[in-house]
This record gives sequence, structure tokens and C-alpha cells, in this order.
Amino acid sequence: MKAEGIQAAAWLLIAFPLLGAAVLLLGGRRTDRWGHYLGVAMSLASFAVGLGMFVQMLGYDDAERRRTLHLWNFFDVGSLHVGMDLLVDPLSISFVLLITGVGSLIHIYSMGYMAHDEDRRRFFAYLNLFVAAMLLLVLGANYVVLFLGWEGVGLASYLLIGFWQFKPTAAVAAKKAFVVNRVGDLGMVSAIMLMFATFNSVDFTTVLGTGAEHVGLAGKLTSGTATALGLLLLLGACGKSAQLPLQSWLLDAMEGPTPVSALIHAATMVTAGVYLIVRSAPIFEMSPDAQLVVTIVGAATLLAGAIIGTGKDDIKKALAGSTMSQIGYMHLAAGLGKPGYAFAIAHLIAHGFFKAGLFLGAGSVMHAMNDDVNMRHYGALRKVMYVTYATFGLGFLAIIGCPPFSGFFTKDGIIEAAFEKGGTSGNILGACALIGAGITAYYMSRVMFMTFFGEKRWQEGVHPHESPKVMTVPLILLALGSVFAGGFLVLGGFSDFLAPVVGEPEEHTFKWLTAPGAATLVLMVIGVAIAWRQYAARPVPVEAPAGSVLTRAARRDLYGDAINESLLMRPGQWLTRLAVWFDNRGVDGAVNGIAAGVGGTSGRIRRIQTGFARSYALSMYLGAAIVVAALLVVNAS
Amino acid sequence: MTDFPWLTVLIALPAVGALLVGVLPRENEALAKQAALAISVVEAVLAIVMTTAFKVGGDRFQFTEKYWWIKSFGVHWAVGVDGVALVLVLLSVILVPLVVIASWDEAGRSGGTDTPPKRSVKTYFALLLALEAMMVGVFAATDVFLFYVFFEAMLIPVYFLIGSYGGPQRSYAAVKFLLYSLLGGLLMLVAVVWLYPLSQDKLGHGTFMFDELRTMHVDGMTAKWLFLGFFVAFAIKAPMVPVHTWLPDAAAQSPAGALVLVVGVLDKVGTYGMLRFCLELFPGAAKWATPVVLALAVISIVYGAVLAIGQVDLKRLVAYTSVSHFGFIVLGIFAMTTQGQSGATLYMVNHGFSTGALFLLVGFMIARRRSARIDAFGGVQKVAPVLAGTFLVAGLSGLSLPGLSTFVSELMVLIGTFSRHRVPAVLAASGIVLAAIYILWTYQRTMGGPARDEVKGMPDLTVREKLAVAPIIAIIVAMGLFPQPVLKAINPSVQQGLARVDVRDPAPKINGNVAENGARP
Repeated sequence: MKAEGIQAAAWLLIAFPLLGAAVLLLGGRRTDRWGHYLGVAMSLASFAVGLGMFVQMLGYDDAERRRTLHLWNFFDVGSLHVGMDLLVDPLSISFVLLITGVGSLIHIYSMGYMAHDEDRRRFFAYLNLFVAAMLLLVLGANYVVLFLGWEGVGLASYLLIGFWQFKPTAAVAAKKAFVVNRVGDLGMVSAIMLMFATFNSVDFTTVLGTGAEHVGLAGKLTSGTATALGLLLLLGACGKSAQLPLQSWLLDAMEGPTPVSALIHAATMVTAGVYLIVRSAPIFEMSPDAQLVVTIVGAATLLAGAIIGTGKDDIKKALAGSTMSQIGYMHLAAGLGKPGYAFAIAHLIAHGFFKAGLFLGAGSVMHAMNDDVNMRHYGALRKVMYVTYATFGLGFLAIIGCPPFSGFFTKDGIIEAAFEKGGTSGNILGACALIGAGITAYYMSRVMFMTFFGEKRWQEGVHPHESPKVMTVPLILLALGSVFAGGFLVLGGFSDFLAPVVGEPEEHTFKWLTAPGAATLVLMVIGVAIAWRQYAARPVPVEAPAGSVLTRAARRDLYGDAINESLLMRPGQWLTRLAVWFDNRGVDGAVNGIAAGVGGTSGRIRRIQTGFARSYALSMYLGAAIVVAALLVVNAS
Repeated sequence: MTDFPWLTVLIALPAVGALLVGVLPRENEALAKQAALAISVVEAVLAIVMTTAFKVGGDRFQFTEKYWWIKSFGVHWAVGVDGVALVLVLLSVILVPLVVIASWDEAGRSGGTDTPPKRSVKTYFALLLALEAMMVGVFAATDVFLFYVFFEAMLIPVYFLIGSYGGPQRSYAAVKFLLYSLLGGLLMLVAVVWLYPLSQDKLGHGTFMFDELRTMHVDGMTAKWLFLGFFVAFAIKAPMVPVHTWLPDAAAQSPAGALVLVVGVLDKVGTYGMLRFCLELFPGAAKWATPVVLALAVISIVYGAVLAIGQVDLKRLVAYTSVSHFGFIVLGIFAMTTQGQSGATLYMVNHGFSTGALFLLVGFMIARRRSARIDAFGGVQKVAPVLAGTFLVAGLSGLSLPGLSTFVSELMVLIGTFSRHRVPAVLAASGIVLAAIYILWTYQRTMGGPARDEVKGMPDLTVREKLAVAPIIAIIVAMGLFPQPVLKAINPSVQQGLARVDVRDPAPKINGNVAENGARP
């Protein structure tokens, strides 16, 4: 159905932040004084439109909630028709509210956080660009428009990771993030190619159908093609969402300013892979194999991320490991099919609140500690920055799954759904998720205790203080989300809201106390207790101890970079050098050699003078003239 | 209006202009520049006015003119453009005034790193205009012999632009360029001349008119030999691996302005020729050669990109990226699907603009630093943010970022190739990863990091430089979001060409009617 009312103006969602970015980038230094206000205003305007669209949608029956909006014909060739089309449905509107809501809070926070940066205007331009691209990603009504947003957020991420380009580490990290993401994009592009060859269409309406019951052409897929499509899409998702084996860029991405880590590398962009898989549900449902691979990737990443989180002393990197891990949970859920979709998205939204809150809290701490990120230099901060402590604490309780905070509802749902899958795979996946929950409690407690509890370990000249209101108010609002979002979504019928898009799960009600749920709580308590014993009950050494084999591996990101370097980068460098040598000596040498052979001696070719070439050209034309003349003679006779 | 000899005027104006600028007094450099700029702007305006009169969906060739030239040999002065030729003519005439602006202060100096003796400024601009006349002519010619004449005559201004205004190794580069081109030209000459008796035999009268020749049925060994004669010439021009090695040398030595036209437009004559002549004159032979051509195209894509990563010189780097991009264009042409060929044609235009912008910006960088080496730069972003920003936009278009122009064409080529040839398409797609590496690694090394001492005083883009680059950036963004008007002009020509080759797009594996499609009226 066509979009009406406010929804017909869905393009404004994207246009506002895009306009903001354009004005700030083209306006240059002239906009320095008021640029950040414009950035915030554009993000808030987008949020207002999104809210209006949401209210309008609630007024519709389930069957009428899927609306499309055709803006212009993007490109048409032969049977390939790609429109600049937007799709407003319960799934996309959930993302719209998350992106613009959390996005606006982070914009506001950044006014304070970036107050002393001379390039604050450029920072807001990039943030606006990001919001526009992310909205395009979730609103696109075909895979090409989705890909447009997909790469747009990649660009914004690249620009913001490398925001401090003058730091070589930031420049390298930005490039790494983009290149690794491009490997994922290879999957996306290949999926689009295969999709066109299979269906002659890349439209959601044609390929996926208009809801869970009205399956589109995807319902006719053979399992082989469905598996291929699913795995290619998964490759794309792995790149954007930092899942194994394309996880290595996310930890380096922490080079960017902290609000960027909160918005892009925790709350929104990195969850795009989950969106892609849930959106493409009709394709994945045709291939149990592809779904199984999604769950395996999710389970492996949730453990790997959690283990990395335990070894980091850098507060942002500990949180980055945690982000990987939590998105692993979402992928696990998305791979479970109908029982998991609603939990995947609910966890994604809840995670958006608490992880953004945690990152902004970390930013507030860094602000107080002169941008030091080493938690071994923190300690006892609860006494001097109470608001940051309290909000961070609520986010902490949410992520470890303490009842009744957000994570308890959404993460427990995923763990139970994994066990309910049944069979060997279900038990293994459930066990992974369960163990992951225990490790999560441990590493998050470690962060909490090292930062806010214990003794002061502050470096000289550091005088921590609470952050200004412009930063703490967003923290408070995000903390509210950390407390209530999960329960509100899971108990408030979010799965019914999404049902028109992804179908009805068999179980409707949330079960309060199940065996896996009880086990999760026990493991959570054990995790917190171990961390308490190690990091709160006794002093934390300022210098990191050598640590066990596992700790050392976690510090080095489980050797992800080392593997990439030995498998890809070094052979790549050799290949490049070999190719350059071959091209200069081999190909060009052969050509020069032949030319020398034709021209006489090789000495002569080196002494080629302009005069020689000129006479060559002249003789060529003379030759041509003779040929023509000869033909004329033949013709005449 | 349509009776107006648009194309002859578009060829004659810069040709006469070149003579005019050439005879101006050598001392009055400003006058020569102003005259060249005025002529090229008028030319661009005329071409744009002509475009507004072009009827999409009308006759294939429009604005046609036909006069006897060498009657006894069946040669006509015959010009006309279809959608494909039209967009390439537009590319040429839009780039020339921007190149003139960009070369304003550089023409008298060398494009390289030394400080050579002062060169004649007016001759430089006269050569640019002469080149423009031939570029328009080569795309507008509908007589194969006339095409050949323009094809060869283009070499002369380029030879002098590189040989007289280039870097320290300019002689070597210019001669290498000339020898390669002449080799291809001779092979093509044989093939062109062969067409005459062949048409006498098949059509009853000797002719070089394209629209008559394309109705001839040529097969067997003759068709294969003729195809090869044309194809090798075009492959050298394009250039494809393994006959690409003239380009990096020419690029390294050529002044940046001329380089924009050589790589941005001139090389397109090669791919344009494949699409127009190789396929439509010898469809059977083209199908026969397809497997080998696709293999060479994929090799060009990957090999060119890998070599680009390994370069230490900025101009050579951009040259190798072009080898990779030309691989995509050839791939799209020989995929023989509408998406592939329309995508390839759009790619020619987009590559002209985005690589043009890159070469201009690299030229500005070299003019500031007097070095083309990547490691001579570092931290430019901090001191010259506008230069760095425009470089990034042009580079991102080069790596086919969605939203910028090259993306649509590259995706179309890949989609169009995949639907018929799976393996080459997937191998070619790996180019998107390599492109990210060669562009962003270059950006990181030149623009990122702390500003080097030698870079610290570097001025940002001047008003004149912005004037030269801004229109290209605007086109790159506009074509990234609104490619449809250009595709509308290209599609009918491509479809007629494919009808001649007698291939149809592969049918989808799964077909079905979908009831609701709210997105499409």
C-alpha cells in the first residue's frame, strides 16, 4: 500500500540530516559558531517525523501497516528496475525510532563532549550524514537502496573513526574498518547479482513478499540457491556487525571520538547485519543450512567477544568486545527463525539504550580523567561523579541480565529460544549463550569495579569532576531506557507488533522462571562474584600483570589481527610486489624487447629520439596513402 | 533546428579555434588562454543545446549529415550520434573547459618534477583544442573510414602534449605511446580497407557507412581476422592487459591536464569502438572471441588493481586504477546483456569524470610539492582540508561508493555479467575490495597522519582550482543519484546493438506475478 499522511513524507527523515551534513560541509568554517545546533536540530526534526509516523502506524490495522513510498526511478535497464523506494513497516519504524531517538541524545551529548575540538562542526556534519545513511539503510524498499545506506554508514563510520586523521593510528583504523567492511560488501554485491539472476528483481515486495503469510518469490527458491543467497547476505552482515571472521575492525574503531563509538559502533550501525538477516527472513527460512550457519557465527562471536572483553584494560575496548558479543546474541536469535526474530530485535533495541549509555558513561569518565582510557588508572570514581556512576550502573545491571532490567528479558529470551530449538545443535547453542552470559557478568563487573570502586589509582594532575548537564541529561535518559526498554518490549507485545513482518512465534507469553533462566541467573551471580573478589575485594595493580594464556590471548583480540596478517596481508604484499616486478620486467620488458627486435638493436630503441618517431608517424601515413591509392587503382580498373 | 549541421560545427569550432590560438602572438599568453577558454565554453554550450534537441526513442542516429568525401573510394564525411556517442561527446566537451581552467598556470611548466625550460603556452592550448575537435569527430563519425582518420589523427596532439610538456622522461613516454598506438592503428587500417572490397562483394557497392556495413553478413575466417584487426587496436587504446604498459609511463610523464583527456576520453574510444564496431560489424566473431575477452577483462580488473596498490607514484597509481576500471567496461560490453552494456557505457562517462577529477587533484598536489611520490606527502588533510576532501570524494567515486556515480555503472556491469557468466562476475567483484585498498591506503598515506614539514605551508585549493574541480564533483554526485536520464539515452542504442548481435537477456530462474507492488505506478 502507498504511504499516506506523515508517512508520505518519510523522505523528510533522511532529508533533514542530509541537509544538515551538506550545509555544514559546504559552509565550512562560516558555520563553526552554530553548526552543532543545526546538527542537533536536524536530528531532532527527524525524530519528530519518525514519532509522527509511528503514531500514524498505530492507527492502522496489522494488515495495513506496510506502506511503500516511490521517490524516483533510480535506474531502469532491460528487466532491471530499481526505484528509489522507501518502505515503512513495523520493523523499519522500530529502527527509525531507535536511530533518531538515541541518535539525538548522542548529538546533544556531543555538544558538550566535543566543545573544545576545533573541528566540532565537521564532527556534527559526519554525525548527520551517518543518521541520514542509517535511516536510508532501514527504510530502503529494495536491496540496492538498502546497500546505498549500507555503504553510506560505512563511509560515515570511516570518516568518524578517522576523525582525528592526524593521529596515524586513527587513519589506519579508519581504513581497516572500511576495507574489512568491503569484504562483507563483496557478499552483498554477490547476493544482489544472484538475486537478479534468480528473480529479475531486487525489490522487497517481489522477492520477500508483503508479510510473513504472503511469501514472495523467495518461497519458490530451491534450497541450494537459498543457501547461497543466505550465506552471501550473512557475509555482508558479518562485515557490518563485526562478527567472526570479519570482527577485527571493531576494536580498532575505538580510535574515533567516544560518542561515535556509542552511536555507530554500539547502538546502531553495527546492528545493521541483524536487520539484514531479519529483513531477509523469507530467504533464510528456505534454507535451514544457512540459518544454522547464522547461529554458529552468532554463538562463536558471542563467546569470542566476551572473552576479549575480559582481557582489556582500555575501557572502550572492553566495551567494544562486549558489543561484538551482544551482537553475537542477536545473530544467534535471528538464525533461530520465527521464535527468535522478535527477541533479536528487542535485544537490539534494548542494547541500543544500555550500550549507548555505557559508552557515553565511559566518555564522561574519560572526560574526567584527561582522556585516559586505562581502567587501571581509575578507581573510586563513584564518589566524585555520582550521575555517571548511577547511570553506568543501571546500564551495567541491564547488560548482565539482572532482573528486572532490560537485558534480563531480552537476553533470557534468546537463551531459552536457543534451547527450545532442540536437538544437539540447540543444546550446544544454548550452552554457548549461557556461558556467554556468565562471562558477560564477569567482564562487565570488572569494568564497573575497576572504574567506580576500590582505591583511587589516578595519575598525577588528574582531578576528576562530574560532566556538565548537556552530557549527564542524555545519560539519565539512556539509563531510563536501560531499565525499562527490555521489559516494555517483551511484556508489552513487541512480537505481536513485528508479527506482520516476520510472522508469529508459537510462544506468545514470556516465561518467568525456566531452567535455562535459573541457570543464567546463577552464572550471572558467579560472574559478578569472581570479579568482585579479583577487582574490588583486593587492590588492582596499576601495571597489568602478565596474566594467563587466555588473558594474553584476549588482550590480543584472540590473535585476530595476527591471523589476518599472516594469512592475508603478508601474502598480499608479496603478491603486489611480485606483480609490480612482473609488470615492469615481464610484460613491459617483453613489449620493449619485441619493439627492439623490430627496430633493430636494443641500443637503438633506447636512443629513440622525437625525430625518429616523427618520421615513423609520417611513414605510417604515407603507407596509408599508398594503400588507399592502390585501392583506388584496383577500383578504377 | 535539426537541419543545423550541429556535429560538423562542433568539430570545426575547436579545430578553427586551435588554428586561431596557434597563430596568436607568442608573448600574449593571457589572450591565448582566454581564447581557448571562450572557445571551449561555447563548444560545451552548443553541445548541451544540441542535446536538448536529441529525441530519446527517435531515430538511432540523429543530427546526421552525409557528404561525399572521396567518392571513388566510397568515403563520406558522415556524422551523427546515437545515445552512446552523444554522452561521450558531452563528456569530452564538458571536460575540456575544465582542463583549460586547471592548466591555466601549469601549461608553461613541465608536468614532472624538474624545472625545464619555458614552453610555448599558446601551443599547449591550441593542441588541447585540436584534440577536442578530433575527440568529437571520432565519436560522431558514422563512416568507418572517417572514424579511422580521426582515430589516428588524435595521436598527433597527444604526442606533442606529452612529448613537449611532459616530465623528464617525456620523450620515452611519448614515443612508447605513439608506437603502441601506431601498431594498433596499422592493424585497424588493414581491417578498415578490407571492408571496402567486402562491401562491394556483399552489398553490391563499396561503402564505409556504418549503417550499411552493419547489415552485411560476414562470417568464417574473414570475420575473425577483421574482428581482431579492430579489437587489438581498441584493446591497446583502452588499454587492456597485456597491452597496457604504455599508459603508466604516459601518465607519469604527461601534464595533468592532458592526462585528464587521454585517460578520461581518449581511452574510451577503445571501449566505444569495441561496442560499436567489433560487436555490430562482426557479431559472430565477437561471440567467438567472448571467452578470451572476458578472461582478459577479469585479469585487467584484478591485475590492474593489485598493481595500483603497489605503486609509489600518484599518477601511475591512478593510471593502473584505470586499467582495472577498463576491465569492468570491457567485461560489461562482452557480457552481451542490456544491463552489462548500458552499465559499461555509463561507466565510460562516470570513469571520465571521476578519474578526471583525480588526475586534476593529483596535478594540483604535484604542482605544490614538485613531487609525484606518495611518500612525499602526509598530513595534507590538516593543512589543506578542501583539497583532501575533494580528493576523497573523487577517490570514493573511483572505489564505486554507492551514492556516487561509478557505483551504478559498476553494479550494472556486475549484474549484467553475472546473469550470463557467473564465474567472471564473481572474480570481477573482488575488484571492489582491492579498490578500497588502493584508494584509502593512498588517502591515508598522503592526507592522514601528522603534517610533514614539507607539507606544512601547502596552500589549499585556489579559487581557480575549485572552479575546475567543483563542476566535476557536482556531476559525480548528481550522476550517483540520478543516472536515469543518461541511461534513457543509452538504452535504446544498446538494445539495437544487441539485436544486431542477436542475443537476448537470460530469463530469470524463478518467475511469477506479484500482486502488490506499491512502489511502481
